Formats: sequence, structure tokens, C-alpha cells
Amino acid sequence: MAIRKAPKLAVWKFASCDGCQLSLLDCEDELLAVAGQVQLAYFPEATSAVMKGPYDLSLVEGSITTPHDVKRIQQIRKQSKFLVTIGACATSGGIQALRNFGDVEEYTRYVYAHPEYIETLQQSTPIAQHVFVDFELRGCPINKMQLLEVLNAFLNERKPNIPRYSVCIECKRRGTPCVMVSKGIPCMGPVTQAGCDALCPAYNRGCFGCYGPMEAPNPEALSASWKSMGKDENDLVRAYRTYNAHAEAFQRESERHAQQR
Amino acid sequence: MPSKGKSRTIKVDYMARVEGEGALHIKLKDLPDGTVEVRDAKLNIFEPPRFFEAFLRGREWTEAPDITARICGICPVAYQSSSITAMEMIAGVTVPQSIRELRRLIYCGEWIESHVLHLAMLHAPDFLGYDDAIQMAQDHPQVVKDALRLKKLGNDIMTCVGGREIHPIAMKVGGFYKTPTVEELQAFLPELEWGLDAAQALTDLVATFEFPDFERDYEFVAMRHPDEYPLWEGRIVSNKGLDCELAEFFDYIEEEHVRHSTSLHSFIKARGEYHVGPMARFNLNFDQLTPLCQEVAEKYGVAPPVLNPFKSIIIRCVETLWAIEESIRIIKGYTQPDAPSVPVAPRAGRGYGCSEAPRGICFHTYAIDDKGIIQDARIAPPTAQNQKSMESDLALLVPTIGHLDDAALTLKCEQAIRNYDPCISCSCHFLKLEIDRE
Repeated sequence: MAIRKAPKLAVWKFASCDGCQLSLLDCEDELLAVAGQVQLAYFPEATSAVMKGPYDLSLVEGSITTPHDVKRIQQIRKQSKFLVTIGACATSGGIQALRNFGDVEEYTRYVYAHPEYIETLQQSTPIAQHVFVDFELRGCPINKMQLLEVLNAFLNERKPNIPRYSVCIECKRRGTPCVMVSKGIPCMGPVTQAGCDALCPAYNRGCFGCYGPMEAPNPEALSASWKSMGKDENDLVRAYRTYNAHAEAFQRESERHAQQR
Repeated sequence: MPSKGKSRTIKVDYMARVEGEGALHIKLKDLPDGTVEVRDAKLNIFEPPRFFEAFLRGREWTEAPDITARICGICPVAYQSSSITAMEMIAGVTVPQSIRELRRLIYCGEWIESHVLHLAMLHAPDFLGYDDAIQMAQDHPQVVKDALRLKKLGNDIMTCVGGREIHPIAMKVGGFYKTPTVEELQAFLPELEWGLDAAQALTDLVATFEFPDFERDYEFVAMRHPDEYPLWEGRIVSNKGLDCELAEFFDYIEEEHVRHSTSLHSFIKARGEYHVGPMARFNLNFDQLTPLCQEVAEKYGVAPPVLNPFKSIIIRCVETLWAIEESIRIIKGYTQPDAPSVPVAPRAGRGYGCSEAPRGICFHTYAIDDKGIIQDARIAPPTAQNQKSMESDLALLVPTIGHLDDAALTLKCEQAIRNYDPCISCSCHFLKLEIDRE
């Protein structure tokens, strides 16, 4: 095998909970093997060592919420051959995008005694709204096996094998009877992208949309089913406004119900 | 060597091996007699604000556990436990013993995972002189492998009980969505038995580290339960007279907003800064540890009051051992509950929840209306509560090590912050080191 220099991996953080980059450290069985294949060039959560760019692969966690971060992501893009966003914050603005539907000034006054000390943007936005993103890995949090697949794919310059179908497919494969049909539990699974292995339905609860919209979802049909189960417009607004509230399909559907309430 | 009579600025723009974004800024003056004077020590927390308390208003009370988990990917069970117990207080619900035990078990999983991540992967490299655990693994492969295996054990317990290790989905107000079977839990016993030895071996290693001669007369604050090492029930107590119910927390504790931090600083109204986390818990609850944990701690001269924050790494080992013993106890006595949860209904009112996150008490209070819609939310995360204490540690530590060059001084300051296992993402819902030699 030809000898090549180990690719440089960088991990960046914006507004987030740290959970998605923690997923990499949570790969206990694979961590040392992965570390053997790459140079951890920038990963402050795990190491003090810092290598200068450019980087072969940048993993970006978190959403853009400050004027400074708008500039920082541009710098990161310039230094990165491939840029992959990881998690709901980076791919759709995250839970903090709930501010996009509220009044940030009022939010700042509610949380902080000195709002004048706080520099923040009106909206929490995904990375792809600011720079070109090579691949978006979804989930709140991401699935660490999918993360390893994405790392593998980019380090070998192939396309990641990450399905964009719905959670329903995973329920069928797992053998979990549909919670909407069999138990009357409202579920976001029909419009939510797979990747969690249909976890919540297997625990007798409805999916709450951590992975964001699937490819070509039909939220209107799902909303009608929720209504037939006794849920009202407020419930639907809340259901679409969680961890991926700023994702286009969920945002549009939540606005439709917000207008009708 | 720093030249005498000169001012120095030491800064770390982005602190490594902590969770979140923060910086240190220390201004000091080298005096002619060779000592240094600290003019300012600040921990800048520039983690962007995420406004959890603001957008929780208008959400359903039952959503708080899943939403607040997203404050921190490292200690989601702490957020879930504090919010769930606050809501159960409002509903006037007490869960059966078997459900309470399962909650303790998943919390033990989080302690094992978080403590081992911090002590072996993030903090130990400081003492042994490495940039990270992966570098450390080249010279100490077995230590790192065993640490990863222990960490995985904690994560596996969280996954079994909670569905997944980061942002678990099985806990709810009233209990669980689904509970594990006796067989699923008993399968952990052999690995937990191995963990008993592995945790003690880790303690044997960290106890040999060189600890700076640095002690402070802290006010330690932790929870205190009459019969158990604390997780989320009991009173909030200190070694200087604080002894209150959860509902009285903000009668004694105030939060202050300072310009250099997006995380609020907490202090005790009557006395000022305080210290939460493993050292506080250990000092205030040593009598509630198991005989084995007490014996292991005392073997290395670690007995209350421990006043050297660098020794918190030993206490994390002891608490890891405790969490393993507690997990074994719970699993051996476990019978699957008849129902995974008890019914809950909202009523208008205010509730309080506080739990011992791996890095210290995580306090929540909520007010809801009769439909269960959240009207008001306040959350005091552990790192915010420790912020003043961390800054004072720096101000007091630097004069004792002022003879070091900037690089060595910076490293010691970073290490002093890592003593707290700070979770900056949490605290704002923080690190950058800047030392300014005037």
C-alpha cells in the first residue's frame, strides 16, 4: 500500500451542547484506531495540541448565533478541503433556533441582568446558510456509527452511505409496531429522517423529530393525523418547533399552524 | 525567567480539554523582590447564549426533560433529573422505589462516563505532561484502554436504561417510558465487578501524581441526604452554615451578570463565592460513602476536609468507584416495576429540582399553569456556580508560581481550571487563557 500522510482532522464548535463532538470520544472501541488514521490537528475538547491549517476534513458542531461566529465560519471554510456539519444545531440551527420565532431582545432581558453585555444575532442559523457544506450529518445527537461512516467516507473520498428515508422504515426493520396505529401515540416518525434506529417508538413513545425532516416529507398529512388524535394547533406548532425548528419543511408547517391558532 | 519589574499578560484564547468555549485572562506585575502581584484574573466565557430559560416559556411541562438535556451533552441525565423532580414536585407525585432505583442507576452511569472522561482523558494528561489522552496512550496504553473500557461501561448503562448515552429518551415526568428487564441489567454484573478493580487501579495511579501545594478555605456546597450519598434528594448544605430546602435556594444564592461572561456568576448572599462538585460532595458526605470508598480514599490520605482542588482528580476516582458499587447494589436488588411510570397531571404551581451533576449541583425551578404550560424557568448550572471560585483560585495560585515562565504558568492555570471539570456549554446556557504581565 502506498504510504501517504495521515489526513488532518479538525473539530470546531459553535452554539451547541458539545454532545455531537462528544460522540467521537464516545467511540471507545474505535477511538484509538481512528486516531491512528488521522492527525488530530484541531480538537480542543480532547487535546491541547494545535496544528495550523489547511485541514483535510473539518467537522463543525453548533449553529451561528453571534456576529463573530459569522466571520469565524468563513475562516474555517477557507482552511478546509471538506467541511461536514454534525448535529441538529449545525444542520438546522438547533433548539436555540426557537429564538427565531420569538423576540431576542425580550429573551436577553429575561435571562440576563445586563442585556447590553450580550452580543447575539436575531436568528440561530445552520452552517450551510453561511458557507458551502460538503455533507450534513443530522441528529440531536448524531449517531456515532453514522459519524464513523462519514469519517470513513471522506477520508477515502467516497460518498457517505447515510439514508434519508423516514424513521418509519427503521421501525419496520426493527419490528416495532407503529405507535400511532397500535397505541394511538402521536409520532413525528413519518416526516423525520432515520438514523436513530427508531429509538423512541421502541420505548413506547412517539418520535419527537431529533433528526429533522426526511427527504421530501409530507408534514400536512401527518398534521391531519395528529388532529384526528385530538391534538390542536398549539400542539402541532410545538411538535414542529423542537430541535430542528429552522429546518425548512418543519418551519413552514409550524408557521401554517401558528397562523391557524 | 520573567524579568523583574515588568508586566506580563498571559492569555489562552481558547482553552482545551474542557467542554465549551472559554478563555483565561490574567494580568500580573513582576515585583522587584521577585514575587508577582496579580492585578486581575478573569475567566471569559464566550460560549454564545442560547436562552433556554426564555424559550422554555410556553412549552409543555413534560417537554422540559428533553429540552433541558440539550443544555449539556456531557451531563444530560443531571438536567433531566433536576427538571423531572421539579415537575413531580408541582404535580405532587412520588415515584415507586423501583423507579427511583432505576433513576439512580442511570445517574451512576453518567457519573462513571463523565468522571472517567474527565479524569483520564482530559485531566490526567496535565499531570503526566501530555497534550491529550491519545498521546498518553503511546506510553501508557493499558491505562488509556482501561479508562476507555470504564467510560464505555458508564455509557452502556446509560444506553440500557435510557435508550442512548447522549440525550437519553427513556426518562419522563412520572418515571420511564420503558424499563429494562432484570436479565438486561444483570448482564452488566461481570463488567461492573471488573470495574471495581479498574477504578481502584486508576486511583492507585492518580494518587501518585504530583500535586501543587495549594489549599483554600472554600465554602463547599452540596446536597445532603439522610441515608445516601447524594444524587438529587435532600437539602442543600455547606460547611459554613448553609442548610436549606430546595425551595429556599434563591433566598440564599444570588446570580450576578458580569461583562466578561455569558454565564451568570452565583454567590451566597451572606458570604460570597462557593465551590460545588466532587470535592464539595465528598467533604460534606464522606460518612455516606461505602466502606470500600472510604478505605481507598484514606489509603492515600484523602479525608475530609480536602482543601487542595488539584486533588479533585482522586476524588473523581473514588466517586467512580462509588458509582460502580452503587450500580451493583441496584442491579442485584432490581425487580422490574409493574408499570414503567405513574400517572401525572399538571396543576398550577412552582416546583424545584436539584441534582448532583458530575461537576456539581444543577438547580432548576419552574412555574407552570393549570394546563401544564411553563410560565417561568430558572436554571443554575454547576459551572456558573463555580465561576467565582475558579477566578479566585487563579488569583491566589499565580503568586505562588509567578517564577515560572509564561508557558509553564499558563499550563498550571489551565490545569487549575480543569480541576473543576468545567462544562462551559452548560454554564451558558465557557475557555481562552490570557495572562497579562504589566
